[in-house]
Amino acid sequence: MSWIRFLRRRHWDEERSKEIEGYLEIETADNIARGMTPGDAADAARRKFGNTTLIREEIYRMNTVTWLESIGQDLRHDLRTMLANPGFSLIAILSLALGIGANTAIFQLLNAVRLRSLPVRNPHELAQIKIVGGNHGMGLNDGPDFDITRPMWEEIRRDHSPFSGVFAWGQKNVAVGEGKDFQEVPGIVVSGDFFRVLGVEPWRGRLLAPEDEHSCPESTAVVGYAFWESKLGGREIDSNTKLFLDGQFKQIVGVTPPSFFGLAVGERFDIALPECMPKQLSRNVFEESVMGRLKPGWTLATASAQLEGMSAGIMAATEITGYDSSTVQRYRQFKLAAYPASNGVSDLRRAYDSSLTLLMAITGLVLLIACANLANLMLARASTREREIAVRLALGAARTRVLRQLMVESSLLAVIGAAAGIGLAQLLSRALVLSLSNEGDSITLSAGIDWRVLLFAAGVATLTCVVFGMAPSLRASNADPVTAMKSGGRGMTTGRERFSFQRAMVVTQISVSLVLLVGALLFVRSFHNLVTFNPGMREEGITLAFIGFQKSNISHDHLEGLKRELVDEVRSIPGVLNVATTTHVPLIGGSWGHQITIGKMEGGAHFTWASPEYFETMGIPLVSGRGFTDTDTMASQRVAVVNQTFVRRFLNGIDPIGQTLRTHPEPGYPSTIYQIVGVMADSKYENLRDETTPFVIAPSTQFPDQRPNTAMMIHSGLPAAVIADSVKHSLGEKHPEIVVYATSFQTRIRNGLLRDRLMAMLSGFFGLLAALLGMLGLYGVISYLVTQRRNEIGIRIALGANRGQVVRMVMREAGLLLAIGVMIGSGLSLVAGRTAESLLFGLKSSDPLTLGCAIGLLVGVGVLASFIPAQRASKLDPMTALRSD
Amino acid sequence: MLILQAIAPGPAHGHTIANVIEHRSEDVLLVEHGSLYPALHRLEDRGWIASFWGTSENNRKARYYRLTATGRKQLCVETSRWERVVRAVNQVLRPAEE
Repeated sequence: MSWIRFLRRRHWDEERSKEIEGYLEIETADNIARGMTPGDAADAARRKFGNTTLIREEIYRMNTVTWLESIGQDLRHDLRTMLANPGFSLIAILSLALGIGANTAIFQLLNAVRLRSLPVRNPHELAQIKIVGGNHGMGLNDGPDFDITRPMWEEIRRDHSPFSGVFAWGQKNVAVGEGKDFQEVPGIVVSGDFFRVLGVEPWRGRLLAPEDEHSCPESTAVVGYAFWESKLGGREIDSNTKLFLDGQFKQIVGVTPPSFFGLAVGERFDIALPECMPKQLSRNVFEESVMGRLKPGWTLATASAQLEGMSAGIMAATEITGYDSSTVQRYRQFKLAAYPASNGVSDLRRAYDSSLTLLMAITGLVLLIACANLANLMLARASTREREIAVRLALGAARTRVLRQLMVESSLLAVIGAAAGIGLAQLLSRALVLSLSNEGDSITLSAGIDWRVLLFAAGVATLTCVVFGMAPSLRASNADPVTAMKSGGRGMTTGRERFSFQRAMVVTQISVSLVLLVGALLFVRSFHNLVTFNPGMREEGITLAFIGFQKSNISHDHLEGLKRELVDEVRSIPGVLNVATTTHVPLIGGSWGHQITIGKMEGGAHFTWASPEYFETMGIPLVSGRGFTDTDTMASQRVAVVNQTFVRRFLNGIDPIGQTLRTHPEPGYPSTIYQIVGVMADSKYENLRDETTPFVIAPSTQFPDQRPNTAMMIHSGLPAAVIADSVKHSLGEKHPEIVVYATSFQTRIRNGLLRDRLMAMLSGFFGLLAALLGMLGLYGVISYLVTQRRNEIGIRIALGANRGQVVRMVMREAGLLLAIGVMIGSGLSLVAGRTAESLLFGLKSSDPLTLGCAIGLLVGVGVLASFIPAQRASKLDPMTALRSD
Repeated sequence: MLILQAIAPGPAHGHTIANVIEHRSEDVLLVEHGSLYPALHRLEDRGWIASFWGTSENNRKARYYRLTATGRKQLCVETSRWERVVRAVNQVLRPAEE
């Protein structure tokens, strides 16, 4: 009722005024009839009626909601002021939009990676069953989220009392089509209950169910929505829908809904295959992720307790085979537990969690600086509007009303800024997701807007509004109208206290921008360190080729021969300096280790089997002993070259040449005794950040587990792209059945540095932005100060102060602010730096050079920023200064 | 209540209502005629009276008010309550008459 009234208040106002007019007319007419003159008659009528305006207002007030009405007035007034002053409004809105946009973009990523629940029914009931502390690198691993073997899964499926349903899933690439249309797409392999337990409904057809599971090789499959749209043209699914997958036609039975990207955040699947259990299950392949839906009444803690009790039985039944007794003993000690799984699993989360949190903090600080700037701007403007406000106060406006009007103004700015910021964030977050992907692996992440993002943006906007709007408004509404009107515009030195707020703001800005600048420099230098770091081997000029000859139909014994043949062919390509094969490519992630015994010592070492040219190709110098020769064959003594760290760790003080080491048995790798024939210089293994570990290289001819594929390291003076093409071309001509994938080694290593590059870029950008904003703030305040003290400075100059003294006076003021800001900032940087420690490479967070550089830069720019207004002050003509206003 | 009573016989416009109240009360309830209008507005808002534009006795446009059904009920309620109050006051003032 009241809302209808509110909306129709203008209508009623018109009606009533017409009515009142009607009354007056009738009364006037009556009065004339009584014999008055028309003028007297109208006056008498009006007297009899009373104050028409008051009555109209009274009725109007009945209809309206007063505060709403006056906020509306404020809004209109503020919009007019904003339009009258477009420069200020634009700067304010732009800086807010940038600040809020950057914050929202980072939050969107954070939200998508960490906070958002899986698109399944009641995701909070999901739990993942994992080995407590992981499997310690035992057997073959498929990443930390996939640490259950098939036999273990069978046991869990048989008895899963805390869960209403359990399922297992794994990831693998699926080969689609053949010949020219051949491509590999990301796939998942799921147990029968996967979709039922998750509560995913089919988009078309049906989803995989337990009956799909038992046929091996699997004959059915489900496709993801994106794949169905793009590759199947969104056609209806019927019994003729078949796809050539992994070498045979499979029936496509259904499509998953668009929102379901799988359980791995940041990835997607195109094909879901049912799990097929071969007769002989490998007990050492940890490849399954097992999850379940908790029964009502069960919690993660109670489920974990139950699982722990069952662990001993499960481990005993699925005991790992082909290993030595100590490994088996460790396996038996494994405990299972339930972990929350409502957000799914994610390598992306592991890799970027701390970076994103840090970026969030950085963007938050940038916003804080932007707010402080705005507050100072508003404050400066509020003092120019002092007279207007004083007049309003003098005319009887309530302080709260003035305060409200100023708050409405800052909220208006904040709301427009936030709206623009949310728009900007869409572009930024998309660009960020794109920059996280590289040729090797693309990231599928919908960093869209949801209620969390909107809430976040609204919260940030409110907070900024309070931060930059509150202080100036309070100040202005507290103004005493009499003094304000008297002194308004007069350039007298105002009380120190008036300025202290602005000073505090500038000190905050300087210290926060110092923190950000230090952070930026740390990340940039850390990235520089990584790029220029010498890993102990050749990076430049190496082309990496992965070669597969599964289809060559070569007997196991001749594989090594074929590899030698291929190496010779590649070596004969013009421009190729050297070629080597290896079982493991260093520095691009991935590791290969064996447990060894040497003398009485026991421990782990990384292993690689490489061809004799490997050392020369990769530029790894031999410190002593020899490399490999063609006489090292399957028939001769097993030999090995170890690195210096290996010698230090296992052979302290003993001459390593001639010593022997024994590997512990693993399936496919029987216990073997290697004689050390040489020592090579240390080099990095898995990635640049790792500590150097004991490392063994053995000749590829003695590799116990020959497979029809190999990695080739090709050294050449030509660009990698050229070499890659010639390798593909020349091998393709002779062996059309061979699959070659070639790329630049250095590019692959750099791809692994994506996170560092991203942090260097973003923190560098934000650091510079922060410094710029901070300096703008300093410049603004010093300029303002000079303007305020124009008269005083004019008098000083008139009394004989020279230019230098004036400059010194102003600079002293600026210097003090800078000094306090830098001091606080340095302290803060040292504390804040610790959070970034783990992301840095080759330097400490308390690196004195970095801190010194940042301080130098900030002070340099700061002095410059305050010198300009100081200079202006010293050029002041005392006559004009004293005469003006 | 006075306004409701004034328009109880039939629709009337503001001027008439004001004069009626003034005359019936024998000029005791003499107020600025203008203050009648907020009251009319409030009553209309409560739905006790309804209004329409009409033509006055001397051919002028005027807004006429009439009682609605709720208004009539309200008038009864108010009147009886008023009478109760008057009776009570009278009894307090002149107890001897009983």
